[in-house]
Amino acid sequence: MSKIKSNRLKDNAFKYFGIFCTFIGLVMLAIFIGNILIEGLGRIDYDFLTNLPSRKAAKAGILTAWTGTAWILGLTAIIAIPLGVAAGVYLEEYGKKNRLASIVEINIANLAGVPSIIYGLLGLEIFVRILNFGGSLLAGAFTLALLILPIIIVATREALKAVPDSLRQASYGMGATKWQTIQYQILPAASGGILTGIILALSRAIGETAPLIVIGALAYVPFVAKTPMDEFTVLPMQIFNWVSRPQHEFVINAAAGIIILLLITFILNGIAVYLRNKWQKKVNW
Amino acid sequence: MKKLLANKVDAYYGDNHVLKDINLEIKENSVTAFIGPSGCGKSTFLRMFNRMNDYIDGFRKEGQIIIDGKEIYKKKVKVEELRQNVGMVFQKPNPFPKSIYENVVYGLKIQGIKDKKVLAEVVEKSLIQAALWEEVKDSLNKSALSLSGGQQQRLCIARTLAVEPSVILMDEPASALDPISTSKIEELIDSLKENYTIVIVTHNMQQAARISDKTAFFYMGELIEYDNTKDLFTHPKNERTENYITGRFG
Amino acid sequence: MRKTKEKIIEALLSFSGLITILTTIGIIWVLASESFSFFREVSLIDFLTDTEWTPLFTQKHYGILPLLSGTFLVTMIAVMVAMPIGLSIAIYLSDYAHRKFRDTVKPMLEVLAAVPTVVYGFFALTVVTPFLQNIIPGLGSFNALSAGIVMGIMIIPMVSSLSEDALRALPKSLREASFGMGATRFQTAFKVAVPAASSGIVVSIILAFARAIGETMIVAIAAGQQPILTMDPRDAVETITAYIVQVSLGDVQHGSLEYKTIFAAGITLFVFTFILNNISFWVKKRYQEKYE
Repeated sequence: MSKIKSNRLKDNAFKYFGIFCTFIGLVMLAIFIGNILIEGLGRIDYDFLTNLPSRKAAKAGILTAWTGTAWILGLTAIIAIPLGVAAGVYLEEYGKKNRLASIVEINIANLAGVPSIIYGLLGLEIFVRILNFGGSLLAGAFTLALLILPIIIVATREALKAVPDSLRQASYGMGATKWQTIQYQILPAASGGILTGIILALSRAIGETAPLIVIGALAYVPFVAKTPMDEFTVLPMQIFNWVSRPQHEFVINAAAGIIILLLITFILNGIAVYLRNKWQKKVNW
Repeated sequence: MKKLLANKVDAYYGDNHVLKDINLEIKENSVTAFIGPSGCGKSTFLRMFNRMNDYIDGFRKEGQIIIDGKEIYKKKVKVEELRQNVGMVFQKPNPFPKSIYENVVYGLKIQGIKDKKVLAEVVEKSLIQAALWEEVKDSLNKSALSLSGGQQQRLCIARTLAVEPSVILMDEPASALDPISTSKIEELIDSLKENYTIVIVTHNMQQAARISDKTAFFYMGELIEYDNTKDLFTHPKNERTENYITGRFG
Repeated sequence: MRKTKEKIIEALLSFSGLITILTTIGIIWVLASESFSFFREVSLIDFLTDTEWTPLFTQKHYGILPLLSGTFLVTMIAVMVAMPIGLSIAIYLSDYAHRKFRDTVKPMLEVLAAVPTVVYGFFALTVVTPFLQNIIPGLGSFNALSAGIVMGIMIIPMVSSLSEDALRALPKSLREASFGMGATRFQTAFKVAVPAASSGIVVSIILAFARAIGETMIVAIAAGQQPILTMDPRDAVETITAYIVQVSLGDVQHGSLEYKTIFAAGITLFVFTFILNNISFWVKKRYQEKYE
């Protein structure tokens, strides 16, 4: 009967190992964020947010970087949201059975697995060179929009799937056309889920660095972008640039920049989680 | 010889009082049927005899369940050992997605028995007891999922027999099966009675009447009537029992 | 009138769906056409067998192997970190933990995947590498080990989340059967649940591989820029992605051979992730058929 004892021992040992594993990643993240706060928090002040980049670490600020991130966020949203939601609506409400839809579906799954840097190569050739946008905000926004399109499409479809068929039938029963049904009934009902997906996708976009490096976003941009055709930098680019320098002062700058970037990321994710919970509660049909 | 005893048993799921003051005694080497409408607590009660409710969040019980004179909810009782002694067969056949052979030896392997000869003997013996041997003896390495539903259920019974329990709990074992498979399971139960104490939950009153020695009727978490099967079905003492077995509700 | 409007709207919507196909075609076309002109100047055999990659030096070699070895070294380390931890989390959450605990912890783990990768790069360079230098004397400031470990932490939620979904999708009756035989949770998890959910778990690991291979910023910051053919995790290495970043940051003339190297490197990366992704679809599909 000692077999039972040893079985129980293993059973319990794994329990503690499982708890350990569950928290190790989070503990690492906590250590790291704590470390960043210690390094960078003292560096954040009004000047840091409003200064242009500089070769001198103490004078350098993130004005061009955060305005660039704000531009990218806005432009990417304008491009990606209508396309992504429209594609999601088409796949879920119109093209369920046809061939095009099934090809698009496989294709989206594949696109979601393409490394972001490959999107950079696509953007470099198509937007920067062929469409001649150069290393501009517009080129960056188009590239990132393509990158997050699969996320928005999948989220839209999930949200539409959760809308019960009875709602569609009720609307058709009143003599509404398909589009009227979608426009007035289904999209409003699914809006919470769609919005959650959009915010998560945008949060992903503002954290991206690699594709923007490839399309030629610059680390050193001495002016605030005024039009979508201007050259730009973004927060992650600025952080990357500072991290790569040997002087410790720049590492402190990077830490301070990371605090701002994480703040934005966590706020966006927080909003998304909040919306998701709210929406899930509401949709108890 | 009394084998199982429930003494003032109450059970709760969170705030739900699902079993109310149940007292019942079951004799060795007999078949006892639990009947009653859905939600009456008969399955919950059955599962208390091998503590299958332990992992359910919010489950709580009062009173005692005694098997072979020992209270099974005592702290020092090892639930693994208990379940080897009190086997269970479930409503839907649930073979593991492994070979037929692996299914039967599972219980032995988790006890640490590895001797191939012993295992092979047990496989043959259990499958013969479960009346499945002739059908599968040439395909022991085939996936258990390739068997028919009725065969799968007999495999699950063989799997339970392999660890040599003294009690077998059956939770509506034939409800997912066709009539032919059902009658095979019923024959099997009848033949197992010689060596095992069997408790079976069933929705099917004819089945209870056909196979059991004693029948317990549960309603709304209470044990309404417990008697020899023949007496309970022909002269029910309680009005609610009569209503149920004559089909007036259920 | 109403009908035409409906038709127009449907056409507009389907056009949006088409954009995704155009994206794929665009990626393949861009990678293939630039690589094609690359391979007119560099033989495919050299590309696949030369053990040096020095397109930016005067003595030029175009062998992809050092970049591949760098990529796989870091990826292996990442998966070796993420797989045991991610799987243990999945098993713990599905077979041990209470529902409340699981519902709280799962979104917390997702945070790990939401942190921008440039932040992980910083972490690797400024926290993990100095820490490792205390343990491993002589470890350089750029090395595959640190980048790999941090990448592993990043992809933990990918493994844990998908594996846990697969484990939880198993019918409850399977675990009950095992408990009913007197098995412990540990035995039930490892002898019954994990084998039964193996295809879903395999999918999660393949996708973690694909994610690690394509990850850029952590390696660009912490692994170094030395394309050497090595399997020593203490060495500085260059991955395919880090090379593309290195070239993109410099002044490379469009149309030059150096410029085309990033597309040749890119198509190599694309092929690997494409294959891994499609293996995972295939496994997933077979798995679904088994359970429906």
